[in-house]
Amino acid sequence: MPILSIFLIVSAALFCTGLLAALSRRHAIFILIGIEMMLAAANLNFIAFWRFGPQTQQPIGVMVAIFSIAIAAAEAAVGLALVIAFYRHYRTTNVDQLNQLKG
Amino acid sequence: MNSVAFILIAILTLAAALAAASLPKLIHAALSFAVTFVGVAAFFFLLGAEFIGLVQVFVYIGAVAVLIVFTILLTRRDAGKDRGFNWGGVVIAIAVFGGLLWAILHTPAVSIAAPNIEALTVKRIGEALMTSYVWPLQCVGVLLTAALIGALILVMEEKR
Repeated sequence: MPILSIFLIVSAALFCTGLLAALSRRHAIFILIGIEMMLAAANLNFIAFWRFGPQTQQPIGVMVAIFSIAIAAAEAAVGLALVIAFYRHYRTTNVDQLNQLKG
Repeated sequence: MNSVAFILIAILTLAAALAAASLPKLIHAALSFAVTFVGVAAFFFLLGAEFIGLVQVFVYIGAVAVLIVFTILLTRRDAGKDRGFNWGGVVIAIAVFGGLLWAILHTPAVSIAAPNIEALTVKRIGEALMTSYVWPLQCVGVLLTAALIGALILVMEEKR
């Protein structure tokens, strides 16, 4: 089994790839994909710290990861609904052109 | 044997993540995104959290990736155009990775080996969810209902 810091480095790399996707792409769906990747990296950290840390009665890290996955799913559903809603209005998914809130 | 599995999974996950962040075609990026989450689920299996790995496969690959593919197909008329690439994002991402790497390598407390633990059974997770974590569980249920209703209202056709 590798040591904890290797898992943390992989998780940091995944987080920064998500940051790259969220910051450098213009398409709204790419930004959502980047945010989901960052959330997955955070989950990986939770599970790694749970596995390597002192064991308690309740599996705390696993519980946090479960709730985090549920919240990520809710965020993805609402985000994609927003993408479809503004695509109907403006006929574009380029976030640079979404600079007004007038219906 | 575990180290070989770790290296293979890490290469698969990070390569798929880079492909998802940089491929020009959206549909290819969405499929690489699904592969990334297979890799993350494999990490969860490697770390002994089998239940979370299964939840990850069901929720992300079964639901979120399919939702993303449907959204791409529904907004396809806009997908072909080139949008350019913001190189400032690359600089920021590399800087953040450098900072995190420096912090991880300079913290001696995280270079520890895994202790032997008893297997985490679904029975233990269920007992914890139904006793200590019953309030968060209810709140997540309310949140998911609210998100479902909100998503439906957002995409409903406007009556004119």
